[in-house]
Amino acid sequence: MSVETACALTARDYKSDLKPVWCPGCGDFSILMAITMAMAEVGRPPEDVAVISGIGCSSRVPAYTSCYGFHGVHGRALPLATGLKLSRPDLLVIATGGDGDGYSIGGNHFMHACRRNVDLTYIVMDNQVYGMTKGQPSPTTPPEWDSALVPGGTGLSPFHPLVIALAAGANFVARTFSGDPKGTAQTIVEAINHPGFSLIEILSPCVTFRPEEREWAKQVHPASVDPTDDRARAARRVLTDDGFNTGILYRGKRAPYQPAFNPDTSANVDFEAEFLP
Amino acid sequence: MNQIETTLDRPAVSVTDVQTEALTVVMLGSGGSGVMTAAEILLRAAARAGYYGLMTKSFGPQIRGGEAAAFVTLSANPVEIQGDRVDLLFAIDWKNAQRFAGELQLEADSLVVSGEIDAELPEIVTGAGPRLAEINLKTLTRTHKGTRPNMVALGAVAGAIGLPRDVVAALVGQQLVKKGEAAMAQGQTAVDLGYGEAANFALAKLDRPAGDTARWIISGNQAAGYGAMRGGVRFAAAYPITPATEILEWLAPRLQKAGGLLVQAEDELASINMIVGGSFGGSAVLTATSGPGLALMSESIGLAVAAEIPMLVIDVMRGGPSTGIPTKSEQTDLNIAVYGLHGDAPHVVTAPNSIADCLFTAQWSTHLAESMQVPTIMLSDQSFGQALGIVEKPAELAFATRRLVAETPGENYKRYALTETGVSPMALPGTPGGQYTADGLEHAESGTPSSGVADHNQQLEKRLRKVVDFDYGDHWAQIEGDGPAAIITWGSTTGPVRQAMRRVDPDGRRLRLISLRLISPALPGALAEALDGSDKILVIEQSQMAQFFGHLKAQFDLPAMADLYARPGPQPFRAAEIAAKLEEWLS
Repeated sequence: MSVETACALTARDYKSDLKPVWCPGCGDFSILMAITMAMAEVGRPPEDVAVISGIGCSSRVPAYTSCYGFHGVHGRALPLATGLKLSRPDLLVIATGGDGDGYSIGGNHFMHACRRNVDLTYIVMDNQVYGMTKGQPSPTTPPEWDSALVPGGTGLSPFHPLVIALAAGANFVARTFSGDPKGTAQTIVEAINHPGFSLIEILSPCVTFRPEEREWAKQVHPASVDPTDDRARAARRVLTDDGFNTGILYRGKRAPYQPAFNPDTSANVDFEAEFLP
Repeated sequence: MNQIETTLDRPAVSVTDVQTEALTVVMLGSGGSGVMTAAEILLRAAARAGYYGLMTKSFGPQIRGGEAAAFVTLSANPVEIQGDRVDLLFAIDWKNAQRFAGELQLEADSLVVSGEIDAELPEIVTGAGPRLAEINLKTLTRTHKGTRPNMVALGAVAGAIGLPRDVVAALVGQQLVKKGEAAMAQGQTAVDLGYGEAANFALAKLDRPAGDTARWIISGNQAAGYGAMRGGVRFAAAYPITPATEILEWLAPRLQKAGGLLVQAEDELASINMIVGGSFGGSAVLTATSGPGLALMSESIGLAVAAEIPMLVIDVMRGGPSTGIPTKSEQTDLNIAVYGLHGDAPHVVTAPNSIADCLFTAQWSTHLAESMQVPTIMLSDQSFGQALGIVEKPAELAFATRRLVAETPGENYKRYALTETGVSPMALPGTPGGQYTADGLEHAESGTPSSGVADHNQQLEKRLRKVVDFDYGDHWAQIEGDGPAAIITWGSTTGPVRQAMRRVDPDGRRLRLISLRLISPALPGALAEALDGSDKILVIEQSQMAQFFGHLKAQFDLPAMADLYARPGPQPFRAAEIAAKLEEWLS
């Protein structure tokens, strides 16, 4: 073994030189740090990792890593990641994005990715607002939040991603807070190592459009109970908590969807017999 | 059996009719009566006997149980379209036959055989005043226990045409082999009963075909799927949609056998993005859809243009707009395929010109996509996709398809490097040193997002250049004849035009045919060369708004005097219709 390969990879090895476009104080900075820390702990070389995203502030993550990345169209990170993972099961595939990208425009894909249970890790940085388009309500925004687009608030119940994920079949469900990068990194490591589709919902304050979210630091608290493999219990727990419980909620036992895929360019002669009259 | 009229000599068809040796048979019955099975065996038997042929299916609106009609045209010469008229209509029953009004071109010397005695014939039959005959299917199948009306009908039709009894019997045996020996014997009995009845029918016998070339029975959708596989496609993701689903159902088990995979996506937005992901990972990929699905996919096809992701999107066109007429053909997705992407988004649009050409064009389109790292949309249509043709076995061919991959990206690797061809080496995930982020955002050569003037201009220019400067060879069009009057067409209109040309211009002195296989990018120079020496032009297409004509006028140097014959579906073009148009145009 050469000296180089013997050296453990560090979080720095997974960071690119690009400077994030995020506002100072944005929760996504420490989540980016947590992601790179987790990658270093998992230890797959950057070229074997692909980070896939859609559109939004947090969807800029791929280019800030030194891995292969895809910054695609709004809402479609999960199908893109699914196509990549199914055709390249050798890769570690991570999808990242925000609440608008994942739960609104990408809502259908979110449900079906949970249901399909491909071995992906989906990191959602939930700031309960559209930041890139400068402050519109997202599916997780509280009903009374006032904005230029929806004056007086939406009046709509917020979307409950963790319950939806459980109901739709996700195999690993967790909630963390951006202010706890170490805990978040550890949860990401566990999510990566858990087979199947893993959702990590990370509360990530938007200090620009939702400055009141700075208070989250005081509100979050670790869940007082251990993760369960009982979907119904997990759902009840998360439906009745205050929304600031952090930790791993659910660890399922479903086998991931991964049909054998061994690309082979051999001739197709076998298929021609069926066309004979 | 009650033959009403018997005339052994059918009236001679006009001398200009190249399909004199062709017969069109329609087998009609209510859903579940087995007309499709019978017609497919008929087609197979004809192929084994050396004939060419085409089978199209027409169904009632119900998913199951409506009225169904199978149209089979057979000839000693290649058949690309249904005959102008129906020579023999065999109805197992007449329950909802009236709904085929407009599809059944019966004439006075057509023969109509009713499988019911003293049935009240629908107006579509009585109106034409054809020769009539009856077979008492009910009594026959009751007398001979276990025989099925559709197999008796098959025997009667095959016998009337003059297909060898043994060939038909062997195929019926194969069909019933799983049902056991008794069923096989009953099948033979049924066929024999039919052949016995056929002796009383007066129908011109088909000429014996000359030559003995290898034939295939294949649908356009199968051909497209197989062509894509020949081109190297190994990963597909798709959402079911009529009339494209057969491509997917054909591919699913076969891709798996070839070490590939097809995933059913939750919608078209997902399927297109799944193949973006698969292609990013290094696989040659496809999805297949129809108009509504293509509309949903268009945003992400734009992503594939920007991120330079090769992919094949097969659009099996159907009547539109909106849900339109899912089971009928129309050439009306040209605009969305060519012009439907946002931004300046150069990509490739191709179109096959026959059922067999679906194989070639799908293989070629995969080659184009992979070679240029560009999305390629292939516009097939329902009339190819869901028709079963007896065709010459397509040539074995292999393009030197190669995705330009960065095997060992060096320190200064740039994914979107400005190269001479505009195609840049693509690093595949897993390759050390090649890491980059593919992006729908405009980017610098490295892939880093950039809204800079120079980067935008350079990347736009590179993406356009690689598509426009590519050497498409002779495949851009199918050109036949060199007469001074040029017909320009595309896709499924090619077959009827070709057959009409043989009637109107049997010596090939007056007409020439240019059928575009490469719809976009436009190659005005190639078309101008193909038009050299022509003095008039007629564009023919199946689109009310003449989308192809508009495209030609906008992108090619079309003479101002070009004429147009355009009409919508759902009625397919027939040779007689086009021939009449050509006579009028030439006079």
